[in-house]
Amino acid sequence: MTQVWLKRLGFYALVTVIILQAVFPFYYAILTSLEDGQALFEVNYLPAALNLVNYKSMLANGVFGKQILNSVFVATVVVIISLALAVTAAYALSRIQFRGRGLLLLTILSVSMFPQIAVLSGLFEVIRWMGLFNSLWALVFSYMIFTLPFTVWVLTTFMRNLPVEIEEAAIMDGASSLTIIRRVFLPLMWPAMVTTGLLAFIHAWNEFLFALTFMSTDGQRTVPVAIALISGRSEFEIPWGNIMAASVTVTLPLVALVLIFQRKIVSGLTAGAVKG
Amino acid sequence: MARSVNTSRLTRLRTRSAWAFLAPMLIVLFVVAGWPLGRTIWFSFTDASLDLMSEARWVGIRNYLEYVEFKDGEGKFYGLLADARWWRSVGNTIWFSVVSVSTETVLGLIVALVLNQEFRGRGLVRAAVLIPWAIPTIVSAKMWAWMLHDQFGILNDMLMKVGLISAPVAWTASPDTAMIAVMIVDVWKTTPFMALLILAGLQMIPGDLYEAAKLDGVSALRVFRKITLPLIMPAVLVAVVFRSLDALRIFDIVYVLTPNTDTTRTMSVYARENLFDFDKFAYGSAASTLMFLIIALITIVFILGSRMDLEGKRT
Repeated sequence: MTQVWLKRLGFYALVTVIILQAVFPFYYAILTSLEDGQALFEVNYLPAALNLVNYKSMLANGVFGKQILNSVFVATVVVIISLALAVTAAYALSRIQFRGRGLLLLTILSVSMFPQIAVLSGLFEVIRWMGLFNSLWALVFSYMIFTLPFTVWVLTTFMRNLPVEIEEAAIMDGASSLTIIRRVFLPLMWPAMVTTGLLAFIHAWNEFLFALTFMSTDGQRTVPVAIALISGRSEFEIPWGNIMAASVTVTLPLVALVLIFQRKIVSGLTAGAVKG
Repeated sequence: MARSVNTSRLTRLRTRSAWAFLAPMLIVLFVVAGWPLGRTIWFSFTDASLDLMSEARWVGIRNYLEYVEFKDGEGKFYGLLADARWWRSVGNTIWFSVVSVSTETVLGLIVALVLNQEFRGRGLVRAAVLIPWAIPTIVSAKMWAWMLHDQFGILNDMLMKVGLISAPVAWTASPDTAMIAVMIVDVWKTTPFMALLILAGLQMIPGDLYEAAKLDGVSALRVFRKITLPLIMPAVLVAVVFRSLDALRIFDIVYVLTPNTDTTRTMSVYARENLFDFDKFAYGSAASTLMFLIIALITIVFILGSRMDLEGKRT
């Protein structure tokens, strides 16, 4: 009997450790964001202050609002374009037999594994040539390198698992492929598209390397770069309170989204990988 | 007869429409990935600089290796392949990837095993575990930079209270611990991904296998070693491949947490600082190219080794 109890105790201790390690850093960031002045430099484990001064100064500095809008714009447009391009491509890759299909899938997969650094200098040239340097469209364009392979890959695995019968009748009726996609597949694909869209959105929202390289003025930066570049006059004047306030502001919506859609996200992540 | 003519016409039509459907996606991928990759490789054989890209001239393999003879007859090798700083970055990257990914695999497996149990509050644990995954990498790096702060950091405070250390550790500033700091952030952030992939593998194991083992009175450890582990191996392998390829290109955590530190400079950081900070565009392109080759080689070994199912034939 005691053994069973010990086992259960051990199990719940493990569960507690898992929850604490996952939640504590974010909890501590919120705590820090509510502290100011001297309070910042005393280590507190429990909320000691509720001071909104960091949030106020962040909002007072108008650039940060613009930067959030930049991130929202880039991520949204990236999702729309990559889904539009991926649906038709996924249909071709999953429902039509043709030569070179395996090789094509392999190529697409390998692009998603690309080290982004490997294309950085070439992409820099392309973006300058298109006149997009320091324009948000440069990010929309360059983010295709990771969102497109990913959405194509996941939607292809999803479509492949739909039964043949659903399109057979339509083919017999002589419906064109485009009609088949629109009338037969799209209604069935909404759940998969919401999931992949969400994951692509998070990816684009978090991207750092391209955003750091292709944007040169504060007003054009996206949120991750903005946060990374917040600095004080010296190493000892880093405004940790402001950094944490900005971090919490851009992370809270993301955490909320992930918690609301957790089942969908889990299935999307595993569809992208396990089936590979 | 008529029917087979019909079907082959239909097949031809469908094949043609397949390529029409693929074209937009392939064109975008070519412009955003294929062409820039080709240009990067080309730049690595030129004397291109940030401002004079179009006037780049072919210089052979000078960026990679060049033997310069001095007046006194002595000579020295220059170029990327002779650059100790580059090889150190390669070493750092591989060391980081091996340690982080193996730690994540073990921790991810533990979390997945816990989530695979039926217990009260399981939903809560799963939600909590997803939080690190949802936090942008830059934000995680900043959060940990603050927690790892040498004077005001809460981690030093905790460790000192418990008595594990007697004086504060300068986690990110000291060369001995900088890499550990980077690994902590990466492991914290990506263990959830590992756990979820392994969990998906665990949930595909039929329950009656466990029941049979239970009836036979097999010990839990033996069940894990003989049933669970072999059955989730494919899922674990795929997760390890994905994570390794991701770890090999790490840039943002290092850039934010430990800038300009020799012990944490990775291949990506090395390439970028040459491209844009040191104005050695061609040299940086050479580093990018070499990094691409190294990762491509590892990918090919992985794909051949794990025999991934690309056509979807084995379902």
